[in-house]
Amino acid sequence: MRKFRKLLGSVYYYLFVALVVAFFGLPLLWLILAPFNSRSYLAVEIPANPTLDNFRAVFQNKFAMHALTQSNLILAVGTMLGITLISTLTAYALSRARIPGRNYMTYSLMLFSSVVTGTAAMVPVFLIISRMGLIDSYLGVILVIIGGNLPAAIFIMRDFVDGIPRSYEESAVVSGASPFQVFLDVALPLVRPGMMVIAVWAFVNAWGAFLIPFVLLRSPNKLPASTAIYSFYTEAGTPNIKLVSAYALLYTLPVVVFYLFINWKYGFRFFGGIKR
Amino acid sequence: MEQRRPILSLKTGLVFLLPAFVFVLLFLIVPFVWIIIISFTNQSLTGVTALHPQFVGLGNYLDLFNFSTWMTRGNFGSSLFITMEFVIGSALIGQVLLGLALAVAFYRRKGTLREFVNTLVILAWIIPDVVVAFSWGAFLNRDYGTLNAILNAIGLGRPDWQLQYSLFAIIIFNTWRGTAFSMLLFSSALATIPPSYMETAEVLGATFWQKLRDILLPLLRGNIITDMILITLWTFNTFSPFLLTGGGPSYKTEVISIFTYRVAFKFFQFGEGGAIAVVTMAINFVLVMVYLFILRRQAVYS
Amino acid sequence: MKKQLYILVALLVTASMVLAACGATPTAAPATAAPVTAAPATAVPTVPAEPITLSIICRCVMGGNGESTAKWMLQYVIPKFQEEMTAQGKDVTVELVQFGGSDEELKARYALDLAAGSGNDVMAFDGFWTPEFASGGLIKPLEAIVGPTYLDWEGWAHIPTAVQQLLTYQGKVYGIPVGTDARVIWYRKDVFKQAGLPDNWQPKSWEELLAAARTIKKALPNVVPLQLNAGTAMGEATTLQGWYMAFLGTGNNVYDFQTNKYPVTGQGFLDTLNLYKTIYVDEKLGDARMQLLPDGRLLSFQGFRDGTVAMLVEGDYFWRSVLAKGGDAELTNRDALVGWAKMPAMSPGKGVNNQDFVTASGGTGFILNPNTKYTAEAWALTSFIFSKDSLNFFSTLQAGIRSRDDVPVPNDPVLTTIAKEMLPLTVTRPPDPAYSLDVSPEIQLMTERVVSGEMTPQQAMEAFAKTITTDVGADKVEATK
Repeated sequence: MRKFRKLLGSVYYYLFVALVVAFFGLPLLWLILAPFNSRSYLAVEIPANPTLDNFRAVFQNKFAMHALTQSNLILAVGTMLGITLISTLTAYALSRARIPGRNYMTYSLMLFSSVVTGTAAMVPVFLIISRMGLIDSYLGVILVIIGGNLPAAIFIMRDFVDGIPRSYEESAVVSGASPFQVFLDVALPLVRPGMMVIAVWAFVNAWGAFLIPFVLLRSPNKLPASTAIYSFYTEAGTPNIKLVSAYALLYTLPVVVFYLFINWKYGFRFFGGIKR
Repeated sequence: MEQRRPILSLKTGLVFLLPAFVFVLLFLIVPFVWIIIISFTNQSLTGVTALHPQFVGLGNYLDLFNFSTWMTRGNFGSSLFITMEFVIGSALIGQVLLGLALAVAFYRRKGTLREFVNTLVILAWIIPDVVVAFSWGAFLNRDYGTLNAILNAIGLGRPDWQLQYSLFAIIIFNTWRGTAFSMLLFSSALATIPPSYMETAEVLGATFWQKLRDILLPLLRGNIITDMILITLWTFNTFSPFLLTGGGPSYKTEVISIFTYRVAFKFFQFGEGGAIAVVTMAINFVLVMVYLFILRRQAVYS
Repeated sequence: MKKQLYILVALLVTASMVLAACGATPTAAPATAAPVTAAPATAVPTVPAEPITLSIICRCVMGGNGESTAKWMLQYVIPKFQEEMTAQGKDVTVELVQFGGSDEELKARYALDLAAGSGNDVMAFDGFWTPEFASGGLIKPLEAIVGPTYLDWEGWAHIPTAVQQLLTYQGKVYGIPVGTDARVIWYRKDVFKQAGLPDNWQPKSWEELLAAARTIKKALPNVVPLQLNAGTAMGEATTLQGWYMAFLGTGNNVYDFQTNKYPVTGQGFLDTLNLYKTIYVDEKLGDARMQLLPDGRLLSFQGFRDGTVAMLVEGDYFWRSVLAKGGDAELTNRDALVGWAKMPAMSPGKGVNNQDFVTASGGTGFILNPNTKYTAEAWALTSFIFSKDSLNFFSTLQAGIRSRDDVPVPNDPVLTTIAKEMLPLTVTRPPDPAYSLDVSPEIQLMTERVVSGEMTPQQAMEAFAKTITTDVGADKVEATK
């Protein structure tokens, strides 16, 4: 009886996995196949004569390529560094210091950020950055994306930090280390997996960002790929599918590679499952 | 988690908080106060009210809640209702449930299959918005899309996802997009459960469902609720469906963030856009309060 | 502990209120940057040898959309203008900002930049945005920026007043239009032949138009006979290529230029909406899906290219840009396969101005940014773009009906004929900000409601009337004839 139940369990398991793989995989088929198709199609078809011509045409678009290789990189790396450092610092403080109202802080920040990072805040953000003289600068965009995503990053980081046993830090304090030394030499190495998760998450958010760069950047050579992809549209406002799909694939690859790398080296998972 | 003695002094702690504080003040709090102030005017970016805005008091709010036209498609009430359906479907039923199911299915299993599925789910999460929109557009296309090609092959015809079932389509889309987070959260939560619990249950002959109901779920309750808060907030305010449907057809998929975008960015009505943002924030606040209340209650019992 | 928290929160809120109030004083155009009152009344020639950089922005990307405009700028306008400036002893460099986003995004960017007192010196501008931006104080008339000397430009005499209207508001000119266009019915001659319809087809009434559609539907069930733009997804394309083309045929204009009011109710509306209903709901002579999907316009273009759409009411850029070589729905053998017919009024003589046939025109151009630092040079650049040689050069890259009457349409009999026959019949859009802000979007919504079957024409019209009356005021609306 138990053997039968186990067998049934296995069947359910593989059925479930198959459905999940289909669900998550099928929508991506177009992205993998269309760039190599010489016909401009929304349909997924295995191209009769797979070609690299679309990529060649995409490389010709200097504006779009520059967006991808330079603007996106600068924005994503800058944001990643900023968010990772600041969220770790902040999460550490919230976890290890008895700051009044810290739980309220965390939740209200989450509340603010989820609404204020939406479209309604674009205008005041534009005005603020304008006053700071940072319109059309990478720095402006990086600062805003950091600001918008910081609360969620702190929320997640705090979970990681809470999960690190304090004993190491406590013995460091007892041995006379300064708070900064405790943070840098003891805590940081322990919390590194968490930092890697946040790093990937921040990188992904910045890499795909559309609205903020659009509102704050002006020079074409600073615009990121999310805007540049529209340069493959025609005058009538319709997309050239061949080129758009090729560019989309190129646009996707770096985040995928980055994730796979971090996953391989550090593992990509949360810590305690964020329970509070 | 009670502490014996804080590792950082209050002073040092505040210093550590300073950078985040500056960011939050500048890019979250100040914009928010600006939005509140502007919501009491009819300020716009173009047209006459750009140069000569007037203070209209609660005018914008009254317009939003004008019950005679409220629920017409394209107006605030309708958008709220759509958002509610969207959140219940995609966040609560979709992402949380699917994420939980995935975490439980792979609980204590290892190997390449798990890694592969994990990666696939996370890919759906990290691929840029714009790219995902194109992929899904191709997937759902009535005449050429992959989904309909399959459905047609098994005799279910070609449903018109983009026009007839558009809300359903974005619910599924958003579930696809966001499940990874819940899956990761629950996976790591499950990993903290001592294996002895499950082993004991095995020995006692418990079925899968019994194990789930009596061991895993009770232990995960706190995580589930926390996850639900985050996912609800994020789904409530997400803008991604815009890239898929543009809020259409006929505003049938115009969730609140898209509605705000149309008012504030297409028509540059900042006053009204501000009012929408404030009301949205208030609703979010209420939702969080409800969840926290439930969380606190279950914490008492755990 | 709690008290400290409250104090902290109070401090935070006060601090942010102060900060925000500084930013939120509702003069969206801060007095700091924009030289609104300080604009020079007359253009003073600048002292030479000071290096000047000017920038032009347009929706034009090399290797992307609007490529011909980009080439025009990069291959002709910029090098030649810089040469001319050097010859005058000035050190001027011109940059081209290639904007790759959508029209709507460009408009949003303009609004933000202009409100903040910045922006590029010369801006490509869609004519119908003019009232909205002008009434909001974001752009200024040429007269205010350059001074009365702007009239000295030789080009004005060659641009008909009607065309100048494209970038005019309340009698003041804000920029110069590149050209204009007209809308007609494009049809597939080969499909017509298969259905037994004449090669040189010209309907004289809506009935004849519908009759042709019915014939095609009967003979070729797999072909969509007629597409007339509707719905919110296509934006302004619905209003101008769809609604206008039909509504004008009932003898009414969207804006009554005589009374300066908007018709919001009446038989004209019902007739037009019933035409939509006949096409999309009753007889299925058109495919409603294309009007409702976000990428519906592309689908209709591709349908026409593939021969699955027989008739399409569109602007002439459909011919010269979309179907042409390199276009997105490139049709080899376009000249043999595609014909065009004038859009008829509901019945002969019933059209606006008692016309038998109707059309509408739009156009884009370039305006001068009031925030420019070098008014003389920027104006010189703007007018240079529209010199005869410059426009002729552009015409070699892309055919089109140009604003100047001394610049012919090259080598394209279709465009030449359209220019000759349709432009005299055309109307332009209202010189009123309410059009782009309220009326056009509501028209799109009204057609969508009828086409999707959600409302009857009567209901849709009433909803439209109610909304527009609230938006523009009861004193600015009227009934149709």
